[in-house]
Amino acid sequence: MEFFVISMLNGLSYGLLLFMLSSGLTLIFSMMGVLNFAHASFYMLGAYVGFTIASFTGFWWALVLAPLVVGALGALFERYCLRRVHKFGHVAELLLTFGLAYVVLELVQLVWGRIALEFKPPESLSGPLFTLINRTGDGLSMMMGAAPKELCRSADAAIRVVCSPFPATRGFMMLVALVMLFSVWLLLTRTRIGLVIQAALTHPHMVEALGHNVPRVFMLVFGAGTALAGLAGVIGGSIFLTEPAMAATVGPIIFVVVVVGGMGSLSGAFLASVLIGVLQTFAIAFDYSLATLAGQLGLSLSQGLRDNTYINMTLSQVAPILPFLLLVLMLIFRPRGLLGTREG
Amino acid sequence: MASSFNRSRWIVWTAFALVMVVAPKVFNSGLGLTVLSQMGIAIIACLSYNILFGQGGMLSFGHAVYTGLGSFLAIHALNAATHGGLPLPVALVPLAGGLAGLGFAVLFGYVTTRKAGTTFAMITLGLGELVFAMSLMVPEFFGGEGGVSGNRMVRDGLWGITFGPQVQVYYLIAIYTFVCVAAMYAFTRTPLGGMLNAVRDNPERVEFVGYDTQRVRYLAFIISGFFAGIAGGLAALNFEIVTAEVVGAARSGGYLLFTFLGGATFFFGPILGAVLMVLALVLFSEFTQAWLLYLGLIFLLMVMFAPGGIASLIMMNVRVAMFGRLRELLLSYLGLAATTALMFAGGTSIIEMVYHLQLNQSEGPVFAYLGMNLDVSKPVHWLLAALLLAVGAGLFEWVRRGFVHHWGLIQAAIEADIRRREAA
Amino acid sequence: MTSALELKGLRKNFGKTEIIRGIDLTVQKGERIGLIGPNGAGKSTLFNLISGRLHPTSGEVRLNGRRIDGLKPYEINRLGLSRSFQITNIFPKLSVFENLRCSVLWSLGYKYSFWRFLANLHDANDRAEQLMGMIRLGAKRNALAMNLTYAEQRALEIGITIGGGADVILLDEPTAGMSHSETARFTELIKEVTVGKTLLTVEHDMGVVFGLADKIAVVVYGEVLAFDTPEAVRANARVQEAYLGSSVADAQVGGP
Repeated sequence: MEFFVISMLNGLSYGLLLFMLSSGLTLIFSMMGVLNFAHASFYMLGAYVGFTIASFTGFWWALVLAPLVVGALGALFERYCLRRVHKFGHVAELLLTFGLAYVVLELVQLVWGRIALEFKPPESLSGPLFTLINRTGDGLSMMMGAAPKELCRSADAAIRVVCSPFPATRGFMMLVALVMLFSVWLLLTRTRIGLVIQAALTHPHMVEALGHNVPRVFMLVFGAGTALAGLAGVIGGSIFLTEPAMAATVGPIIFVVVVVGGMGSLSGAFLASVLIGVLQTFAIAFDYSLATLAGQLGLSLSQGLRDNTYINMTLSQVAPILPFLLLVLMLIFRPRGLLGTREG
Repeated sequence: MASSFNRSRWIVWTAFALVMVVAPKVFNSGLGLTVLSQMGIAIIACLSYNILFGQGGMLSFGHAVYTGLGSFLAIHALNAATHGGLPLPVALVPLAGGLAGLGFAVLFGYVTTRKAGTTFAMITLGLGELVFAMSLMVPEFFGGEGGVSGNRMVRDGLWGITFGPQVQVYYLIAIYTFVCVAAMYAFTRTPLGGMLNAVRDNPERVEFVGYDTQRVRYLAFIISGFFAGIAGGLAALNFEIVTAEVVGAARSGGYLLFTFLGGATFFFGPILGAVLMVLALVLFSEFTQAWLLYLGLIFLLMVMFAPGGIASLIMMNVRVAMFGRLRELLLSYLGLAATTALMFAGGTSIIEMVYHLQLNQSEGPVFAYLGMNLDVSKPVHWLLAALLLAVGAGLFEWVRRGFVHHWGLIQAAIEADIRRREAA
Repeated sequence: MTSALELKGLRKNFGKTEIIRGIDLTVQKGERIGLIGPNGAGKSTLFNLISGRLHPTSGEVRLNGRRIDGLKPYEINRLGLSRSFQITNIFPKLSVFENLRCSVLWSLGYKYSFWRFLANLHDANDRAEQLMGMIRLGAKRNALAMNLTYAEQRALEIGITIGGGADVILLDEPTAGMSHSETARFTELIKEVTVGKTLLTVEHDMGVVFGLADKIAVVVYGEVLAFDTPEAVRANARVQEAYLGSSVADAQVGGP
């Protein structure tokens, strides 16, 4: 039971991280029609820039400054490069961001090297946020912080105690993601600039005719989207891994999220992020294969079947392809995604 | 008029064939033969990619799936022929690759071509990742970490051809390249090829002249997959080993990059791109570790300033030459080349120095580059390089403005000329 | 006798908004119908419903007696209905000749073939040449469609529409954006190229409509207010009140 709860929370936190990334992507796509192929590259930049800033000022300042730096870089890119390509169409824009991904990867490797960096979350976040203790007979109980060793051990062989900690870093990830998204929602719906952005989302020409500086709005949105990615990078880079391959690992997954959720739909992206986050987290934890299932059902398999690769493939081995499998299935049965509007 | 057009066609194709026949005599070193062989393979691969991209307007991020799966099936077929008694001559093994590419395109293409534009691109990306991830999970087909090896040598070959020496493999590749290039060119001249262009230009209108847009895309996808598989099959023969990276995202990205660089709007553009691709991967990577960075930057500049690729740049100048005005631009071009060289020298020196700092610390602070000895510990060297870059950039901008102005005048004159001829 | 085109109780809602609110219309073979009405009345929507670009919320569309509502655009086109667009919808990077050839390929049965060369399809090439002559763009044979003038592009638009030999032609504001003289010439062109066909054309220029049409349908707020000969429609009080009662319309009809 506690395994389920902890895994669920872990999956949720990963899903929220994915949503931080894919929401920026969706915003940029909805507004400008550009699918930012280099979005994961800004994620990576956030981690690396955050690492460098943190080495001078500590983690908390890096958390604030790195996204600003990354957002500024994104805005500059939009202003000087993307805008120029706008007249050639969406394919050209996608190609430009594709090229940017290459360049960012090489520049990162040039400046910071090719091996993984030791980017650690701050001491205050180390240790568990809370611990779930499952004691036979007493059931499930929760304790804030780490559970002392005596509580997790049982002298009595009949009583089984399982302590499942939930890392504070994961909790922090969820907190930041939720706060960020709430603020973005507030910004979009309650402020004037938010209203202008919402209008420019569907009717950029009309908004321009009304006197608003739409190109500047585009630049701000692109910058904001990449800043979100940078923020996710600081968190993801410190909690998971900071290495040159991090963009290539998470990049395709957020594109899957965006397509599965429905291109251009923020709520769809949220649903898809959480779904994929939970799915992957659970799958990795399961070492079950069809063979073990057969064993549990009491079926005996022939020798040939027992040696078969597919039968013996555990769910944890299959976990990496699950998002892409979901993508293919979604495209077969519901091409517009979970909550997408029909694409023109 | 028609006969002179046909005559120039015959000349071009004959020249193409001649070049392929004569090239190994000129570049007869081991490296030369390897590079030529890889170029043939790359030409087929990039042309097959351009069926989707340049002709159909479909941006695929997963083309390596079809070349790669073609490679895998071909090497399995080769092994089956060598050990298992499959009656397949080595020369026909690439066709097995082609069939694999075709088959997988039929299978995946249905789902892939359901949507267009950006969504299509994402689907190809996802499918590419799916296949790559699966390659690590199914060792029987993909050979696990070490890949799948084969042996192309035939003991008692026809006419003494054993496919042992590289030059024999090269000629096999050359024959396939010629036939495939001709076939893909012919495709552009068929009803399906024509409608594919129409789908690229205006997919909605196509529906209103009686064609199912999705069906056109699907069929083109299958044809592209077929030729991609042949390229993969030739690669399997050439290298005699196939590893999982042949279906990876890096390779797909490479096809996209170089086909675009060569030029997607002209038929011969991808051929240029393919040649460039092999030169870059085999040769440029030896000169500098920063080659991928330079490539990325050139790609970005191309997208921003010359989206038709090198082929379009060539053709624009050919048009100017046909109107007899190319000579006027020669000085400007020289100026652009010289200033670019200055910027290049300065900029790359800085980048090389940074790389040296990063990776080759153990070798001491001095290294050789462009005939100079650069010392990363001396600030003077850094300053000089930066100065070179800045001066070069400034001069470049000055020459560029003059060039653009001059070019604009010439274009206007040419257009007025064309209008006059049309009205006459 | 089966009518060429029949609309029965046609309705189209976008969310809660009713754009087409129950239209009944019967067009006989060879008739030329002008569709007029104020902006936003739903004329283009009607065309979209008939040609398959949109699906009706309810009601029927029959082409030569056969139901075509809900079919895909290419299916409808293959059954003999073709339409032009208000915003020019041609193939920009193909030449004029290639544009026209694309429009005839399906009707001549070449479908998705890739084993023949376009250069050898004599019937397709001849038909494209013939079309080029009809729309008078022979001089621009090899020019890219995106390099043509606006009026030339509109002519090409019509050429593509009639290329496949469809019997029922829908023209959506063919003379939109043209000057007086261009409009007059264009109207003559339309008359020539649609001889013997059933024609529905949406127009704002009253001169064109009254000169071209046998019957006029007046569409206002998604309903047909009147469907009669031009004189009867002009005299119709409801129509005058809703649409025609202006000096501008009078001037246009008085016209060149």
